[in-house]
Amino acid sequence: MSAKQIKTPLTPDIRRELKAGERVLLSGTIYAARDAAHMRFMESLSKGEALPFPIKDSIIYYVGPTPTRPGHVIGSAGPTTASRMDRFMPELLDLGLGATIGKGFRSQAVIDRMVDKEAVYFGAIGGLGALIAACIKEQEVIAYDELGAESCRRFEVEHMPLIVLVDSRGNNWYEDGPDEWKRRQKR
Amino acid sequence: MREVDVSLLSDAVYDMAARCCFILPDDFVNALKEARDVEDSPQGRTTLDLLLANLELSGEMEYPACQDTGMLVAWLEVGREVHFSGDPYEAIQDGVRRAYADHFLRKSVVGDPLRRVNTGDNTPCLVTTKLVEGDQVRIVLAAKGFGSENASQLKMLRPSDGVEGVLQFVLKTVNEAGPNACPPLVVGVGIGGTFDHAARVAKESLMRPIGSIHPDPYYAELEAAWLKRVNELGYGPQGYGGRTTAVAVHIAALPTHIAGLPVAVNINCHMTRHEERTL
Repeated sequence: MSAKQIKTPLTPDIRRELKAGERVLLSGTIYAARDAAHMRFMESLSKGEALPFPIKDSIIYYVGPTPTRPGHVIGSAGPTTASRMDRFMPELLDLGLGATIGKGFRSQAVIDRMVDKEAVYFGAIGGLGALIAACIKEQEVIAYDELGAESCRRFEVEHMPLIVLVDSRGNNWYEDGPDEWKRRQKR
Repeated sequence: MREVDVSLLSDAVYDMAARCCFILPDDFVNALKEARDVEDSPQGRTTLDLLLANLELSGEMEYPACQDTGMLVAWLEVGREVHFSGDPYEAIQDGVRRAYADHFLRKSVVGDPLRRVNTGDNTPCLVTTKLVEGDQVRIVLAAKGFGSENASQLKMLRPSDGVEGVLQFVLKTVNEAGPNACPPLVVGVGIGGTFDHAARVAKESLMRPIGSIHPDPYYAELEAAWLKRVNELGYGPQGYGGRTTAVAVHIAALPTHIAGLPVAVNINCHMTRHEERTL
């Protein structure tokens, strides 16, 4: 399937153009954070402190890579299940988070809030760790180094293969994709 | 008696743990290729192509195929005529420790489920031991990812729920797992026994080669029929829509109590990482 090339920052104009089910190749800056880093974000926000990166129009990738081998940029780096981070989404979306990258269902409440903010949820293929690692050209731990695989990192990515799972209008490819296939079987 | 040096066991575990995180068994890779050939969803085909390309890259043993390099479970079959020189369980943990350090694998195990401090070396590997005839030691090792483990379910059905009740529970489990469990899946169904043994045999059934036929024709027929029903859900590879939600349904049945029908559904993602060695 052909894929559309997009670059960060993911402004609302770019987000509005994306449609559920569309394959994209993402290049630019994204931020890695999963369960433990999100809990730290919430602690910082509750104390009135800043997050470790500028969140407006930014992209969070839910990932906990394997340790980096000497001479490599990073280890294996596929997505983890997004729904565990649903509880943190309202606050982050309100601060201007533009998109998230992960795998698996999102709650309808999160999807509704995403529509309000014109945010997007991208799917990375679960278990594509080696191929995605090859798209990460630079990485830096920017906070919570002691969390190891769960630290917060900045990634510079090139042509990271993704699919639009939930677009800015709330269309959900996890519903539409299987429905489309089932409709085709009946014809 | 045959004397078996436990360092042999440790080295076997080292080798299996490292290898299985980079290279999937041939039967599973072939099943993915066959799925690619029959998948009629463009999204599904593209996804399977990417998964196969990922496995080619991970096969160079530089990047693990998936960043969740799993929690290890092992089955140790010990011949009655074997005498271990040393502690076989410690030898297994030693192999795990060395493999996860030397091969830069992710340490994903916490020592306590509530206090959650990482053990730092991916131990313990959880071991089930079985005594068998002979003087050999066989070990099967699996690195279980938790995206799919979290999607597994167990239920105590009533005997009158019967075969249809079991099927409905399998479908419900796969339906709720959906994309979270990283399809294409292998679905292991343990039926009967007790609460704990249903789960045990469900996991053991995930070790069976893909494409193997159940020795009992009754269950062989159910496996084929249930795989068809699972794939009618339409999730397809990664849940993007398509024919290949699962590549196999494996059933393991046990004797059970007149009042019970335990069913455990253990889901495996497309990282069906397991290896076996005989010493």
